[in-house]
Amino acid sequence: MTVAIIQFGGSNCDRDAERALSHLGIDAELVWHEDGLPADATGVMLPGGFSYGDYLRAGAIAANGPIMEEVRAAAEDSTPVLGVCNGAQIGSESRLTPGAFTTNASARFQCERVHVRVENADTPWTAHYEDGEVIELPIAHGEGRFEVTDDRLDELRAENRVLFRYCDEDGEVTPEANPNGSKDNVAGVVGERENVAVLMPHPERISLPDVGGTDGQGILRGFEA
Amino acid sequence: MTGYTATVTVRLKEGVLDPEAQTTKRALERLGFELDGLRSADQFELDVDAESADSAAERAEEMTERLLANPTIHDYEVAVEQR
Repeated sequence: MTVAIIQFGGSNCDRDAERALSHLGIDAELVWHEDGLPADATGVMLPGGFSYGDYLRAGAIAANGPIMEEVRAAAEDSTPVLGVCNGAQIGSESRLTPGAFTTNASARFQCERVHVRVENADTPWTAHYEDGEVIELPIAHGEGRFEVTDDRLDELRAENRVLFRYCDEDGEVTPEANPNGSKDNVAGVVGERENVAVLMPHPERISLPDVGGTDGQGILRGFEA
Repeated sequence: MTGYTATVTVRLKEGVLDPEAQTTKRALERLGFELDGLRSADQFELDVDAESADSAAERAEEMTERLLANPTIHDYEVAVEQR
């Protein structure tokens, strides 16, 4: 099993992701987007960063690159696909996942630790957690505000497609605990099928015990499912 | 074929928060200007050759839906002029 970590010009969390996955015993390799998806890829990670300098909208240019057609085909073939931060923006811009990630309500780049509550522990990405469990994850983004219409949000909730919501350390989902103004405090969602997930926080930055915690490991273990 | 310029204006849908516009409005107010509101928009000028203005507009709309706008958060309009 090899997880392909797709590098675009401007990706900068690719090596962190490789390090974190390797630490968990998950084979991973960096793949330059122009080289296409390797035939033996058993997973795809869209890492964080600033692909194409965030031109047009964060993730918009990368989302329309040729490799994303291959990623889409792999996703339809049940290959696990995880988008983190800029990878989440690429995922939503490519319409692999619902909604959009846009400018933080604060209009600032926010780099801090946040708490999120596991809303649905019945997916490969959350199976290592309990429903309602509160975990601490780092965020680092300027465009992470989840936007979606009210009707669409109702559908997503009804279909159990919200993975994580920003909350306080006690698990209360409050406006104060919402770092970026995301609608309904949504921090991560799954696509039409649960093998595809995106989230703004960085699990790969909190998966090595020596650098501040291991709360993110369970998300990355979704590639083992 | 005739040369046209399609001007595409992409703006946030009504009701979608625009923190950049709010910040810009506050900056104007700090400069002493009075204003009731400020909206920002992106504008793209696409030079295309087409059979007709309608066909140029159609192509510009296709490009906008595919890439220039994000339908989840944006509305857009297209105006076509002969070059």
